[in-house]
Amino acid sequence: MLELSCRQLRDDIAAGRVKSVDAVEAVFAQIEKHEQTIGAFVSTFKDIALEKARSVDAKIAAGEKVGLLAGVPVAIKDNMCTSFGATTCASKILENFHAPYDAGVVEKLNAADAVIVGKCNMDEFAMGSSTENSGLKQTVNPWDNSKVPGGSSGGSAAAVAGRMCFASLGSDTGGSIRQPASFCGVVGLKPTYGRVSRYGLVAYGSSLDQIGPFGRDVGDAALMMNVIAGHDERDSTSVGADIAPVADCLVDLDKPVEGLKIAVVPQFNAGASDEVQAAITAALEAYKGMGAEIVEIEMPHIDYAIAAYYVIATAEASSNLARYDGVHYGHRTADPKDYFEVYSKSRAEAFGDEVKRRIMLGTYVLSSGYYDAYYLKALKVRNLIRGDFTAAFEKADCIMMPVSPTTAFGIGEKTDDPMQMYLADIYTIAANLAGVPGVSVPCGFDSGNMPIGLQIFTPAFTEDKLLRIARMYEKEHQWHTKVP
Amino acid sequence: MSELEYKVIVGLEIHVQLATRTKMFCSCGLGFGGEANTRVCPVCIGMPGVLPVMNKQAFEYSVLAALALNCNIPSFTKWDRKSYYYPDLPKNYQISQYDLPMSEHGYIEIPLEDGTTKKIRILRAHLEEDAGKNTHTFGNFSAIDLNRTGTPLLEIVTEPDLSSGAEVKALAVELQRIVRYLGVSHGDMQKGHMRFEPNINLEIIKEGKAYRTPITEVKNLNSFRALEGSVKYETVRQLDEFMETGVTFGMGNKRTFGWDDVNECTVLQREKEEAHDYRYFPDPDLVPVEMNDEWLAEIKGQLCELPIQKQQRFVDEYKLSEYDAAVLTGDRATAEFFDGAVKLGADAKRVCNILTQTGLKMANEKGCSAAELGVSVENLATLAKMVDAGDINANAATKIFEEMTASDKGPAVLAGKLNLVQKSDAGEIEGFVDEVLGANAEAVAEAKSGSKKSKKAMGFLMGQVMQKSKGQANPQVVSQLLNKKLGESE
Ligand SMILES: [Zn+2]
Repeated sequence: MLELSCRQLRDDIAAGRVKSVDAVEAVFAQIEKHEQTIGAFVSTFKDIALEKARSVDAKIAAGEKVGLLAGVPVAIKDNMCTSFGATTCASKILENFHAPYDAGVVEKLNAADAVIVGKCNMDEFAMGSSTENSGLKQTVNPWDNSKVPGGSSGGSAAAVAGRMCFASLGSDTGGSIRQPASFCGVVGLKPTYGRVSRYGLVAYGSSLDQIGPFGRDVGDAALMMNVIAGHDERDSTSVGADIAPVADCLVDLDKPVEGLKIAVVPQFNAGASDEVQAAITAALEAYKGMGAEIVEIEMPHIDYAIAAYYVIATAEASSNLARYDGVHYGHRTADPKDYFEVYSKSRAEAFGDEVKRRIMLGTYVLSSGYYDAYYLKALKVRNLIRGDFTAAFEKADCIMMPVSPTTAFGIGEKTDDPMQMYLADIYTIAANLAGVPGVSVPCGFDSGNMPIGLQIFTPAFTEDKLLRIARMYEKEHQWHTKVP
Repeated sequence: MSELEYKVIVGLEIHVQLATRTKMFCSCGLGFGGEANTRVCPVCIGMPGVLPVMNKQAFEYSVLAALALNCNIPSFTKWDRKSYYYPDLPKNYQISQYDLPMSEHGYIEIPLEDGTTKKIRILRAHLEEDAGKNTHTFGNFSAIDLNRTGTPLLEIVTEPDLSSGAEVKALAVELQRIVRYLGVSHGDMQKGHMRFEPNINLEIIKEGKAYRTPITEVKNLNSFRALEGSVKYETVRQLDEFMETGVTFGMGNKRTFGWDDVNECTVLQREKEEAHDYRYFPDPDLVPVEMNDEWLAEIKGQLCELPIQKQQRFVDEYKLSEYDAAVLTGDRATAEFFDGAVKLGADAKRVCNILTQTGLKMANEKGCSAAELGVSVENLATLAKMVDAGDINANAATKIFEEMTASDKGPAVLAGKLNLVQKSDAGEIEGFVDEVLGANAEAVAEAKSGSKKSKKAMGFLMGQVMQKSKGQANPQVVSQLLNKKLGESE
């Protein structure tokens, strides 16, 4: 049963062929077997999940209409607020924080009758590319337990790859869905900024953060997208149907895009490892075989994406994380001398090194005298990068490139060199700055049997088309059917 | 004190709490007092993951106020985060507006004591959220009440155009009248709806040379008395200080003072202006607000005649005294009540007398405006007309007005019911006059004598006739008849 797609499982449950309770039990059996090794979850909710599964089964037995994810066990990243359990962001400062409300996407999952089995590990406050920055536990790659699962949504990717849930949600600020999807051999979609409500997503870089799905195949990502997309009046940056109506990502999924034009950026791709480059070239050849045309383009400003990103994201983070001060909730230092120590010691004790580094960097770039040189400059670069994407989409339907320069690296391999870690996000970051959607689709394995991902971008609010393009390739290859 | 020539220079920073239904960025209600931390939600207490959503009413109220202050309304404005750590600020940043405020470059016209007006320039007005309150009544611990957190505030910054405590107070009173007229704030000083922070210094001329004293900022004044007092006190203090030390305005010597209400003096809080770096940057959780012509026109449609214009019109058109015009325009409802009756054809001075002598007194006792006493504009106008037509006298008008506040009957009906209709019928009154003249030969003789006593005798005879008519005779008719009869019998 664990090998069923979400669509199949949902249909089986809705038709009464499979009980949601049995699916949940199967998932928890898998969690009990592998979680000790993988470490994908910060918390699991067996009792709550079983209770929910029983209620969905009862609804079906009573002939009631059920939602798009009826009875399907899913997981969410632990930076999405839930009115049950803790919401930790994998940080000691929120280790015991219990939100009094559900995030917008949690409401949507509930409304779709999904069963949330657990909340997944991540880099603390989503800051990182390997999930090694979690303040609470280590997650390993299900394909090779000595390797990282990627990050920051490493737990969400590992849980799907390890069959400990059928699909999951992550968040992507600079590649945090696509990169772990590529490292773990699953499909990961970062939607257009504004497509999915951020209400209840604990903010890292507010102008870049976007929630998106992990699925075992493109169809499951499309189904999850259908559940979570849409306007939320509680998020002023979520886009209304008047500007961009929500498209059904599933209905035409199997329809290939006719006369597909694919843009590639040759000089940019050259930075990837030989094996990754070879896999991407092979994927492009496969598209050509399907009649697609390859257009070589330049994206002149994309080299500055990492620099701009680390200014904008850290600036926003320094402000977003100011509220974790030990005054109102979260970790508070014991015996502070005065109220200043409540702040300084609580924060010093509970934030990890990477979070502190980014808070300091962000505070610096917003400081008087530096604002223009860093923050304002970064915003200008951001606009130029947007322009690069706009120009590219005038020449082609989509852009394709690697997700990451390498496959999953070893645990501890880059933790001493944050710059090396930052550079690993070179292919993913620009999409967040430009706000466009991007997907990672499995496209092969390296010599060490670690998955490689192909990244595809399309213009804003065309997730349906993006997933159709991804599906064209997936149909011809069976990488996604491989199990660790 | 000194023989020095000097000039007082004051600019104001004013926070006006808007009278919206809900807070600036969440749906919690506004209120005053109440149990601590009961008007809060995840948004206004800055829980992880929450997002602000702009209160459109607050924005429109601000635009309305800014229009009344003759400000420009730019077509684009945005929200910025102002960062500082303080326990009553749960996000440790305040959502405010930095370099692109929702309005700027206006002025407020204030009435001066000599009957003229003065324009005080407004540098800018912007919208922001209020913080909570820290209290220190729990021994070693401080407590935080977040009920006020997120309340919409309009911050108005004036240019340093004010030159006395009286002017500062006049501006405060005028601003209170304006925001109340527009209905954008309750303007209740005691509830902190209007808080003032004057920046005060002096320009002193000594031996032909001008010197400026260091600027004093006085924090959080919420009474007219404290506001005026602080400027007066600082004027003297700064003069004395200048004579003693000669210290003048310079970088970094701005000081922060508080106001001691009991001793009526300013008290030093912070010696040097701290070099605050608020690290302003655009709030990525909120979208900029774009003002189009249609929306602006809609808001402009809610503007009304401003109090100072109304006051001037009452003087110019209705020939009221400055004093009466100021009293009647104190609140919009009373001003419109008065104006409405005059526009229905009643005499302005007569309506003014009824309101100032009766209406406002009753309103004051009941704690409402004169317009809310239950008397319709139509009945007020009719009442005034009845006095002028001689149907009733001024005393009767007071009684009828009082009666109307508790009755749904019109003034004519009530005058009849209360026997207050004046007798102007010469025939009936003549009978009373004849009776009185016949019974008071001595007084008649004195009245006719043309001596000192005649005026007093005349008054006595008047009173007798009025008594006989049970106060209902029209005194003018009585007087005419008395004069005529006394003349005839000569
Ligand atoms: Zn609230």
